[in-house]
Amino acid sequence: MAKIIVVTSGKGGVGKTTTSAAFATGLALRGHQTVVIDFDVGLRNLDLVMGCERRVVYDFVNVINGEGNLNQAIIKDKRIESLYILPASQTRDKDALTMKGVARVLEALKKRFEYIICDSPAGIEHGAIMAMYFADEAIVVTNPEVSSVRDSDRIIGMLSSKTRRAVQNMAPVKEHLLVTRYSPKRVNSGDMLSVEDVQEILAIPFLGVIPESPSVLQASNAGIPVTLDDNSDAGQAYLDVVARFLGEEPPPREKKGFFSRLFGN
Amino acid sequence: MSLFDYFRALQPQKTAKVAKERLKIIVAHERRQRDSTSLDYLPLLQRELLEVVRKYVAIEDEQIKVHIEKEGDYEILELNITLPDAENRQINP
Repeated sequence: MAKIIVVTSGKGGVGKTTTSAAFATGLALRGHQTVVIDFDVGLRNLDLVMGCERRVVYDFVNVINGEGNLNQAIIKDKRIESLYILPASQTRDKDALTMKGVARVLEALKKRFEYIICDSPAGIEHGAIMAMYFADEAIVVTNPEVSSVRDSDRIIGMLSSKTRRAVQNMAPVKEHLLVTRYSPKRVNSGDMLSVEDVQEILAIPFLGVIPESPSVLQASNAGIPVTLDDNSDAGQAYLDVVARFLGEEPPPREKKGFFSRLFGN
Repeated sequence: MSLFDYFRALQPQKTAKVAKERLKIIVAHERRQRDSTSLDYLPLLQRELLEVVRKYVAIEDEQIKVHIEKEGDYEILELNITLPDAENRQINP
């Protein structure tokens, strides 16, 4: 049974697209048929982060309007066998995503894929609602910072009221908390909210934490999902997130040395 | 906890702690607002309950209180009706 997962946050710039790309890539690396959809109509960027920007011919809105078919629009990743991308359109207005149209595309994708990852635009407008409406599960991306936590709480409220599962009185959307851009050093010095703090406030199940890392920018510069960088701490953290999502308990990474314990890093 | 953390703990209040306290307050406030907008049937419920009770007992408007409380995953609909003294209670048919 195919699962639809929305990656959402409310606030912009917290790492939704990075997470969508890394998470989808991680699922595909585990052999799952995965497609990742960019819902940010007008501000397409998932294609750049995934490194397929020059291969976009037809997009999500073209498919909805019947100007191209789904097989023409989805782009097969060149690195990973079971990974596909459905790009957003660059020019149309955001109302082009009709509820009926989105439902039809998702139904078609469900026949072919195990996981459908929906990369939500920022905000709480139409595009964000369309991205979450059909979701079975949600990854709420949050930075350990006041505005991001507050916006995440707004989004959690919408997941329980504005989604198909809420409207049709089905089992609620399964929520997962992902804390990104995390700096353990600053948490130790008391200048950053800890994962425990964020989880206590938002009160949804914890999925993982991604450290603030230069490799995230390096990966997007190169158009390579960060999960494909074996030397990246953030990439490793995303692989752990995928493992946990699949119901495994990944072993803790690297033991702390004497000095890091002493200096609280 | 490292050696340095111990000395850090002795310093004045840190900004993360302030952030957490502020967030707890604003998030709780905004959640209450959200919940109350989805319960806009409460005044009507209160009025209709009042009419039903008045078929049997004479009560004033302010003697009925309807209140929703959220506890974890469930909500409690609390209904408080204060009955008047026994001699003032009868409804004249």
